[in-house]
Amino acid sequence: MAARHIPREGETRIPSGCAIAGIMDRSGARHDGTDILKSIALMHDRSNGLGGGFAAYGIYPDYADLYAFHIMYESREARAATEAYLEHYYLCEKQERVPTEDHPAIKNPPDIWRYFMAPHPMRLAASGLDEAEYTMRHVFHINGAVDGAFVASSGKNMGVFKGVGYPEDIGEFYRIADYDAWAWTAHGRFPTNTPGWWGGAHPFTLLNWSIVHNGEISSYDANRRYVEQFGYDCELQTDTEVITYLFDLLARRHGLSQEMAAHIMAAPSWRAIDAMAPENAAFETALRTVYASALVNGPFSIILGSEEGLLALNDRLKLRALMAAEKGPVVYLASEQAAIQVVCPDAENVRSIEGGVPFVVQLDAVARRKQEEAAENRAVRDWPLEHEVGVQPRRRREA
Amino acid sequence: MMDCVLPRYKVLRDHDQCTDCGLCARTCANGVYRRPREGGPIAINSKRCVNCQRCVVFCPAEALAVTAWPQVGTGSANWTLEAMQDIARQAQTGGVLLSSMGNPKPYHVYWDHLLLNASQVTNPSIDPLREPMETRVFLGSRPEIPKVNERERRVVEPLPPQLKLDVPLMFSAMSFGSISLNAQKALALAARELGTFFNVGEGGMHRDLEPFAHCAFAQVASGRFGVDAHYLNTAAAIEIKIGQGAKPGIGGHLPGEKISGEVSRTRMIPEGSDAISPAPHHDIYSIEDLRQLVFSIKEATGYRKPVAVKIAAVHNAAAIASGMARTGADIIVVDGFRGGTGAAPKRIRDAVGIPVELALAAIDQRLRDEGIRSTVSLVASGSIRNAADVVRAIALGADACSIGSAALIAMGCHQCGDCSSGRCNWGIATQRPALTERLDPEEAAERVVNLVRGWTLELQEMMGGMGINAVDSLRGNRLMLRGVGLNEKELEILGVKYAGE
Repeated sequence: MAARHIPREGETRIPSGCAIAGIMDRSGARHDGTDILKSIALMHDRSNGLGGGFAAYGIYPDYADLYAFHIMYESREARAATEAYLEHYYLCEKQERVPTEDHPAIKNPPDIWRYFMAPHPMRLAASGLDEAEYTMRHVFHINGAVDGAFVASSGKNMGVFKGVGYPEDIGEFYRIADYDAWAWTAHGRFPTNTPGWWGGAHPFTLLNWSIVHNGEISSYDANRRYVEQFGYDCELQTDTEVITYLFDLLARRHGLSQEMAAHIMAAPSWRAIDAMAPENAAFETALRTVYASALVNGPFSIILGSEEGLLALNDRLKLRALMAAEKGPVVYLASEQAAIQVVCPDAENVRSIEGGVPFVVQLDAVARRKQEEAAENRAVRDWPLEHEVGVQPRRRREA
Repeated sequence: MMDCVLPRYKVLRDHDQCTDCGLCARTCANGVYRRPREGGPIAINSKRCVNCQRCVVFCPAEALAVTAWPQVGTGSANWTLEAMQDIARQAQTGGVLLSSMGNPKPYHVYWDHLLLNASQVTNPSIDPLREPMETRVFLGSRPEIPKVNERERRVVEPLPPQLKLDVPLMFSAMSFGSISLNAQKALALAARELGTFFNVGEGGMHRDLEPFAHCAFAQVASGRFGVDAHYLNTAAAIEIKIGQGAKPGIGGHLPGEKISGEVSRTRMIPEGSDAISPAPHHDIYSIEDLRQLVFSIKEATGYRKPVAVKIAAVHNAAAIASGMARTGADIIVVDGFRGGTGAAPKRIRDAVGIPVELALAAIDQRLRDEGIRSTVSLVASGSIRNAADVVRAIALGADACSIGSAALIAMGCHQCGDCSSGRCNWGIATQRPALTERLDPEEAAERVVNLVRGWTLELQEMMGGMGINAVDSLRGNRLMLRGVGLNEKELEILGVKYAGE
């Protein structure tokens, strides 16, 4: 008898409830995964053993300039096909199995590898794309076209460790206590169905972005069909995926700040806009008009991770719980206050994230840099490509 | 010549109820009721009845009803009574059969095969009585990427002109000539009250409507009636009418007898002359010509007004719309084959064009495939009958809908389909002063406002049920729709899943 086929993410849309948590040291000092493990473990009841995971920033300082791909393989053929593909488009500095530890609760894990790579300079130049866009397209290709391979993360100096199981068990399986990161996020999943697929666990990532999310957005298809116009493949049909792409589109491609991207996704109400001074109202109206389809609706609480830090956001009506607190340079975020206090009993400024108001936690160095930068957004397509390599004959005028 | 045309309707009078007051005779402009001699009984000529139901509604004794003429056909599903009567009529006249309103044939009404979603357990529905429920939309073209100053929270490059609609509904183009000035005034009053727009149609803008110009679309159609710089600059937006759902591919003909003094002044043509709208615009024989007209209008209005282009839903609508977006049109209007008209050849009305649901879905998807959907607005019209149709249209991808027939029905229209005769007993599709004075613009406007307010409440309830609190998140959100009674191809074109999936 053939095995019963249970549709995965991508074949069907699976609503989930969740627990999320994040810990970040604004000074950039790195901490191991013990605290985040303890924090997410406390919220055990918010997940049901069908998905857990962690994102960590700053874990690969020796390879900080290279793309660190974490890839899950379900077969040797998938690995062979993926590695042949990567070899064509990237120069690989190092590749190895991600260290894991057998765990009684973790069943049937895929073969998980990591690669530290730079784009092949000639192919990158020939593509006419910038490095990030180039990498994004190859991630999409592997996830969409290579059966049994899934790129779990593809950023620099960061990585994602996720799978099917309770998050605390997943964390032990991946030995996350052995990694030091300046920012950690965690996710425990409560899907309504039993996909049992490691790729479908969260955080979802693309390039340096990682997102953990609790909620079910009602604007999903409006958001999906908006971003798909611009080459984003919503393969998994999950909220997290489409929200990640919205951040990538607005912040990376359109050159808006992460905070402004979040502001657009949870835009102020027309009633609030009507009460603003004319110039500000025109600004908000322009954003809501241009980005009408980027408005994210329905209950959600998310923690976005990136090279800049963490950003937490709740839906406009505040239909999901998300708490924040701090102690010195360390900021804590979690679905439940207890999950903060279990790792930091004397945390200060304990408060809930306000609906629709982005809560931004930046590395001190990033915050300083941002102050200097221009306040006008500049789309990435307007920047000159900076990866010219001397593979083309010189132009006659220069000769 | 022998007259083989049968009556369509039979007027039933309850003699026990009838008080012989004679109101029916005074109200019927078709001459169904006559009192042949003073003091004698009222005689009924059912053959003249068009089933406008004015007499039925107004009979103080509730003594009247209209029924179908009880003649059976031959039983043939092929040579139906209607098919034979059409032949009889043409055998007598040798002409084109005239009709009104939209396609009445029993084609799939796709709206009725699309069911809406509601939240249960995994996310909450939103109560519109407790939470804000936003129905505002803007129409106009947008840059893909805006240019803003984040720190000062101001726009660096202002957007192209936008129309603000407080509800995602407008009133379709209906010209002075096709409908009465009072009916136009009612739509103007309603549009102003509701924070939306009406459309003066292709007959120019009567001076009485100029106070409402800020909520008016000025239409530029192939006849160019009433078009001058003042007309274009007075209105809030301009619509180039290429086609109309009820009669794609053909023009229009308003006979000279309807060109009264007022109509003549408004249309800028001599009194009593025929007003002929050619089938094509004679300066648009291809897509690049449309671009020139779009930009001529933008030049004439200083780039301060959005320019819409309206097409009938036809086979290649998706590719045409994509081309229109590239001509610089700010708003694309697609009108389905059930959209109404004052007069259309019956064969055209019944056989040309496609349902707006399919055209809308195909256009929205094509614009997305081309990556240009968010830079242009899309309006759907052609028989939007209720708030659920509005929700479905927006979920398929429309920014807003236009209603024509529904607004007229709110004013009193009973869809008799006899608009072209000019004898509209409701004072809507007529220019006869004795009939037009029956329509009080204020009262008619109140009825239209009530209708749209009612729909808006229903729209908010349905959005709330889906867990959506802004119409922005409904637009193109096809997961909120499921098909029933549709085949695979229909589901594919509509881009929806089957119920239960």
